[in-house]
Amino acid sequence: MLLRNLSFRYKIPLRATVLVLITAVLITGAILAREYDQVRRDLFENAESMGRLLSNTLVTPLLHDDVWRAYEIIDSPFKGEESALGAELIMVLDTQRRVYVSTQPRNYPMLVPLDELGPAYADLNRALGNAPDLTHRAVDLPNAAQFHMVAPIVFDGVHLGTLVMEYPKSLFIPRFVSIVGRAALVTLLVLVVLLPVSWYWGRRMADPLVRLSECMGRVGREIPLESECRLYESKDEIGRAGTQLKRMLSELRQKQELERGVMASERLAAVGRLTASIAHEINNPLGGMLNALSTYRRHGNPDAVTARTLSLLERGLLQIKETVGALLVEVRLEGHALTPQDLHDIHTLVLPDVHAKSLDLVWDIQVTQTLALPSTQVRQILLNLLLNAIQASEPGGKVKCRLRLRDGGLLMEVRNRGVPIPPEQMNRLFEPFFGASGRGHGLGLWVTYQLVQQMEGRIHVQSTHGTTEFRVHLPLRDQEAA
Amino acid sequence: MNRRTLLRALGAGLATTLLGRPAGADAAPLRIGLTPVFLDDQTAFLNEWRDYLAARLGRPVVFVQRSSYREIVDEVMAHRLDLAWVCGYPFVREQARMRLLAVPLYLGRPLYRSYLIVSGDDGVSASLDDLEGRIFAFSDPNSNSGHLYTLYQLQQRGENPERFFRRTFFTWSHRRVVEAVAVGMADGGAVDGYVWDTLSRIHPEITGQTRVVARSETFGFPPLVASVSLSQADFDAAQSVLMEMPRDEVGARLLHKLNLDGFVEGDVALFDDIAEMARATGRL
Repeated sequence: MLLRNLSFRYKIPLRATVLVLITAVLITGAILAREYDQVRRDLFENAESMGRLLSNTLVTPLLHDDVWRAYEIIDSPFKGEESALGAELIMVLDTQRRVYVSTQPRNYPMLVPLDELGPAYADLNRALGNAPDLTHRAVDLPNAAQFHMVAPIVFDGVHLGTLVMEYPKSLFIPRFVSIVGRAALVTLLVLVVLLPVSWYWGRRMADPLVRLSECMGRVGREIPLESECRLYESKDEIGRAGTQLKRMLSELRQKQELERGVMASERLAAVGRLTASIAHEINNPLGGMLNALSTYRRHGNPDAVTARTLSLLERGLLQIKETVGALLVEVRLEGHALTPQDLHDIHTLVLPDVHAKSLDLVWDIQVTQTLALPSTQVRQILLNLLLNAIQASEPGGKVKCRLRLRDGGLLMEVRNRGVPIPPEQMNRLFEPFFGASGRGHGLGLWVTYQLVQQMEGRIHVQSTHGTTEFRVHLPLRDQEAA
Repeated sequence: MNRRTLLRALGAGLATTLLGRPAGADAAPLRIGLTPVFLDDQTAFLNEWRDYLAARLGRPVVFVQRSSYREIVDEVMAHRLDLAWVCGYPFVREQARMRLLAVPLYLGRPLYRSYLIVSGDDGVSASLDDLEGRIFAFSDPNSNSGHLYTLYQLQQRGENPERFFRRTFFTWSHRRVVEAVAVGMADGGAVDGYVWDTLSRIHPEITGQTRVVARSETFGFPPLVASVSLSQADFDAAQSVLMEMPRDEVGARLLHKLNLDGFVEGDVALFDDIAEMARATGRL
């Protein structure tokens, strides 16, 4: 489980190590198997030639029943330094398969039947069968700790006895231990070389994956920017996954923006409905109060103090009416359609403010004909946007106004340089009294938005890198309606 | 070595040189057969002894060794050997066809014993009776101490080796009887007491694995015999050289290696006991 949760950074080098180890074990095993065969073959060949020599030499002592000479012959291989090429015991069996003589007379005394020497020899006796042995052969019993080379002693076709040479199976062990030791050393060396390589290689392989997974892990809390993810670019699987993720992220971002826009416009619509109903509720009693004041002033002959008080009340009520009127944006159908002259008038209107801040106003109007749009509303929208832009600009800055026909409507773009609108304000930019600091009552953009909505247009704000741009698109009305 | 012994040795050497040089025969070597009645497997020693004898005799000496007493005795009788060191038993059997040349002196007497030995592991056996049904090693069928004596003892009990022992075998030398008992091939063995004693001096690790259970009465020591065909002059020369051995430094050192004190002319009667045993066992 722990392994499964491990990072690919470690998993890949670990797997490489495991692969190296498995390879080493398999190769060592193969070498050992081969070596085992080789050693066995060598041993059997040596044992067979020694067996032939001994069995030929033993013919005369056996014929003469000369036990001692037979003993001297089989004992002779044990006289040297290397005892009998690894043989532990040599014995001669008579024709009844009793010990005729052995090199260890104390343990294998004369005349004792082979099967009474112990279970291993009883097995050997069974393996030899009943017929007299006439061929050289190796007897390797699975449960025995030794194997036996068996050679017949034959003279003139007569079976005189059997030579048995016993070799310990552990004879191979020192050789095997040395092979395994060497293999382990080589494996270690290979690992020493391969580990850093596989480590580096593993990290290289794992890094794009890790980055991908980190990037994906952040989705949910936020939608990470492409620049933050540093995804691996290639045509392989990881690269394709990265590309796919990028596309997903960009779709997610679009969706998020869309949702944000929908929420904002829904909120604005709700605010608009609320505002309209409140305004109506206020306007009705307000109208009554103003009427009452007017009537009293005309017919009541108020004294000077009362007249001053009434005047104060009337001014207050009028201010309320004005505010409510501003909130309650209503499209009043105007008589004439928008003409280039209307637009020129706007230019004239804002120039004093432009000069006051020493701004550079770029006036780019590509409208030369009369448009089927209500001139009052369009003028108010453009004026609001321009005044906002001028106000947001720093002295000596630049304001650009661009109007042209696009997609069956009028596209108005107002751009200024200056401190951008913070992202958290963007969502609530068009709400009434929002950002009502400094100059203005905070209803300019609210009104603009309401007007655009009533004209079934679209308004969009973009504020990045010191530039804020408002784009308004107003569809032209049908010619007949106009 | 004093001047007298030196002069005598030189005189003997000179005499044999002069006497042993009949026309045309001066290069003929004296052929001496050896049997394992002593430790005959010390080649360096044998070369030294041979050279010593050759120098003293003034003629080449050849030592001849065979795998059994029988072959040496046969060669003496066939006159292919001039001299031989054999056991008392073949000597009494073939007395008519060989002459007694000299008898070695062991512990000051021309006598030795037969030892009955068992394995060192065997702490129980105390006599031949305890070895019934066991495996027994003899040295040579023609050995007194290594065969005849045990046969005689069994015969006295109304037994024979084939019945009494489970199995017997010959090792063809006393030394190897000791080895056979030491490695556990045989449970017991009959061995020349002089050989066992000498071996225990040179190779105590071998005799240490054996235990002497019984020592026989004394018998005439295995004698050196001459072929009847050997000329009297050669006989006398050889006898004289042997007798003189203790009296010169090299000879004394060689005798010390042999673990012997010297040689005497000896008497055929020394071997009467052996002849008696051979007769009793029907082997004479």
